[in-house]
Amino acid sequence: MLLDFFRKNKKKSAQKAKERLQIILAHERVSNRAPFLDDLRNDLIKVISKYVDIDPNDVEVSLQRDNSMEVLEINIPIK
Amino acid sequence: MSGKVLTITSGKGGVGKSTTTANLSLGLALAGKKVVTIDLDIGLRNLDMILGLENRIVYDVVNVVEKVCKIKQALIKDKRTDNLYLIAAAQTRDKSAVKPEQVIELANELKKEFDYIILDSPAGIEGGFRNAMLPADEVIIVTTPEISAVRDADRVIGILEANNKKEMSLIINRINPILVKKGDMMSKDDVLQVLSIPLIGVVPEDENIVSYTNVGEPSILHPDSPSGKAYKNITQRILGKDVPFMEIVEKKKGILETIISFFKE
Repeated sequence: MLLDFFRKNKKKSAQKAKERLQIILAHERVSNRAPFLDDLRNDLIKVISKYVDIDPNDVEVSLQRDNSMEVLEINIPIK
Repeated sequence: MSGKVLTITSGKGGVGKSTTTANLSLGLALAGKKVVTIDLDIGLRNLDMILGLENRIVYDVVNVVEKVCKIKQALIKDKRTDNLYLIAAAQTRDKSAVKPEQVIELANELKKEFDYIILDSPAGIEGGFRNAMLPADEVIIVTTPEISAVRDADRVIGILEANNKKEMSLIINRINPILVKKGDMMSKDDVLQVLSIPLIGVVPEDENIVSYTNVGEPSILHPDSPSGKAYKNITQRILGKDVPFMEIVEKKKGILETIISFFKE
């Protein structure tokens, strides 16, 4: 308690709460707004594996948000 | 007449949805609007108690949608004003007893007679949330300035956006001015910065609420209480009036006042 008093730039908990929220929500908003990503990923694996040999674990599907632009990024390495 | 469906919801439970619903419903009714409020939190009957109408219930919302009774028979008139009616939640049935189409049909029927149909929604994560969301013309999201409540509110806002609900506004409930001042509670501006939707009200933490709820008298009936004042302002804003946001400050008691209030108890 006494030590806290002398530690001047200790961050207040409200400030910390806000920073934590901003980080959590930045991540969650992407997946919340595109709940179809998992289904899309599974469908892609199904279709692509018909034609080429891929490792399902390497398939990456993500939605990037950059201010006004949204980019659907799909990365499928071929064996 | 073609009424408006106003849904009151939140991300997590326990942030004061039903208290807010009770106050705004009664507030709009006292302002001269014809209001019906429907408790859609099936299984958890609450709104009737907060309004003090629990001993008048014969039929509930499940009885109405299952056509066991007529809508008129399930309308419970408020004892303080002729402008407010309640349709209570069912207490015993399972949460899936009501479907969104049924609530939409019910709301459309009620729109002919009422200015406002106010839906008290279950929290956003619950299944019954869609029942309250889909019929809504306007949605009010209630949150407290706590990290988990704000996070869940953001999630609900995401769900509402995905369902093209554009008319959304925010009530920040239970702000404690002393904690905000100490930097140990997020302020109105902090919350707004995180959840960027329009603010319609800020309600201070009010120790009176417990006793008001105990006796079934929403705070709007006590216009001198901090929360009563805040709810009155929100009612005015819903009606389209431009009311400035009140400054929430801690009430300073002088020494004399403290001593007097000590003896009053």
